[in-house]
Amino acid sequence: MRIVKIRTRVNGKDIQSEVEPRELLVHFLRENLGLTGVHIGCDTSNCGACTVLVDGKAVKSCTMLAVQVDGREVTTIEGISKNDELHPLQKAFLEKHGLQCGYCTSGMILTSYWLLKNNKNPTEEEIRKNLSGNLCRCTGYQSIIESVKYGAQLMMKEKEKEEQQIEVR
Amino acid sequence: MHPSSFEYFAPTKMKEALELLSKYGEEAKIMAGGQSLIPLLKLRIAAYSYIIDISRVEGLNKIRETGDFLEIGALTTVNELEENELVKEKYRILHEAAVQIADPLVRNRGTVGGNISHGDPSNDLPAVAIATKAKLEIVGKKGKRLVDADSFITDSFTTSLEEGEILGKILLPIPKVSSGGCYIKQKKSAGDFSVAAVAVNLVLAEDETIKSAGIGLTSVAPKPTRANKAERYIEGKKIYDSVAREAARIIVSEAEPSTDFYGSADYKRKVLGRIAEEAINLAFERGLVR
Ligand SMILES: Cc1cc2nc3c(=O)[nH]c(=O)nc-3n(C[C@H](O)[C@H](O)[C@H](O)COP(=O)(O)OP(=O)(O)OC[C@H]3O[C@@H](n4cnc5c(N)ncnc54)[C@H](O)[C@@H]3O)c2cc1C
Ligand code: FES
Ligand code: FES
Repeated sequence: MRIVKIRTRVNGKDIQSEVEPRELLVHFLRENLGLTGVHIGCDTSNCGACTVLVDGKAVKSCTMLAVQVDGREVTTIEGISKNDELHPLQKAFLEKHGLQCGYCTSGMILTSYWLLKNNKNPTEEEIRKNLSGNLCRCTGYQSIIESVKYGAQLMMKEKEKEEQQIEVR
Repeated sequence: MHPSSFEYFAPTKMKEALELLSKYGEEAKIMAGGQSLIPLLKLRIAAYSYIIDISRVEGLNKIRETGDFLEIGALTTVNELEENELVKEKYRILHEAAVQIADPLVRNRGTVGGNISHGDPSNDLPAVAIATKAKLEIVGKKGKRLVDADSFITDSFTTSLEEGEILGKILLPIPKVSSGGCYIKQKKSAGDFSVAAVAVNLVLAEDETIKSAGIGLTSVAPKPTRANKAERYIEGKKIYDSVAREAARIIVSEAEPSTDFYGSADYKRKVLGRIAEEAINLAFERGLVR
């Protein structure tokens, strides 16, 4: 059994680690780094509970090897809040009841986070299509869609506020 | 679930990748996006001693027009393909197929080359390659060779790639002025493979008759299939309702669907007949507008 050294940046922190090539990214994040916000749902590439961002793009971490993130940047749900304050998307899911058991939630939020990076004000159709790889067995999706819409508004407001503050300074 | 143990390489140069492939022969497997391969390794349906991850090989993720072709590097992700402005504007059939593959998370990793090389009769891009009469550039130790999309996939999950070869590029002929194409996919749920799907690409003559037709089928035979007879039937004709209907009937007669999880063979024939007729009409309409 060969062990490989990898260097990666996870939630803004540089990490050096040793992994077996067959180790899946989801296990590396949960077991080696303790990032248990990454969930294992189906373990067969179908549900999106294991979604993380690799170099900014949403992917299924159960369908990627840990060695593949060598030299790349990973963001999990633990990495999107700033200074202990929830990210606007997290606030939106809380306020609009975008979750019940919460198992799918980190995936729902990260996949939508990826969409909103490139598309600040998506249509409902775009939000739905973007989430077609993320399954929820509780909510019936409507409240998730509402949460993403509201989250997009909150993010735009936050951006405006930041820009105003810069102007004032 | 864990794959069985393997040694892992991630070359950045094509030359290195080819050397590793020839060194380890049958014990080695190429991995691109891993979206088909990793699930197989996890289920232990497949096991290899050496995995050669080519996703870092340089220069194989470009989309550009050169000469008579649109050149797509094999490592272009399906997401990059669907977001590409040139493809959106000029290669509608390709864009339409790309956005219907799996889901956005899988498309962020899965590659165009992997979609074709996997040889899965339910993968969507091979039928598009057949309909557009694309060529595939295969790279090996001895150099490069070009093959027709038709002869690339030889059977279920089997290709004409020889030991030590890698698919490097997909070359799609640049569409003629009066041509139209579409991809229609019938699926049971979002993000799923198809019950049946059809790719149609038509080139029109000045009098609006069909100068050349390309029809590729997904999920309705042991391998992606060209509907030869239907192509010959519509060539030289204008598309009227009766022509589209007869062409669809011929397409169904050329399919060999089998009963499985996605439906009975009979159901698949019915679905195929309906979407084939729709696709021929739509491709023709698009050809007229251009
Ligand atoms: C949940 C789910 C749903 C899906 N739904 C669809 C769907 O609806 N439609 C669809 O078309 N696909 C679907 N797929 C498959 C997906 O599109 C895969 O990405 C694709 O089949 C393989 O591409 P890859 O780059 O991930 O290849 P990999 O998984 O890395 O490789 C697949 C095979 O191709 C070989 N290979 C890869 N690249 C090359 C190359 N350049 N040269 C030679 N051999 C190569 C590998 O050796 C391997 O045998 C789905 C997958 C999942 C997990
Ligand atoms: S656990 Fe990864 S997709 Fe379900
Ligand atoms: S909230 Fe329970 S699975 Fe989505």
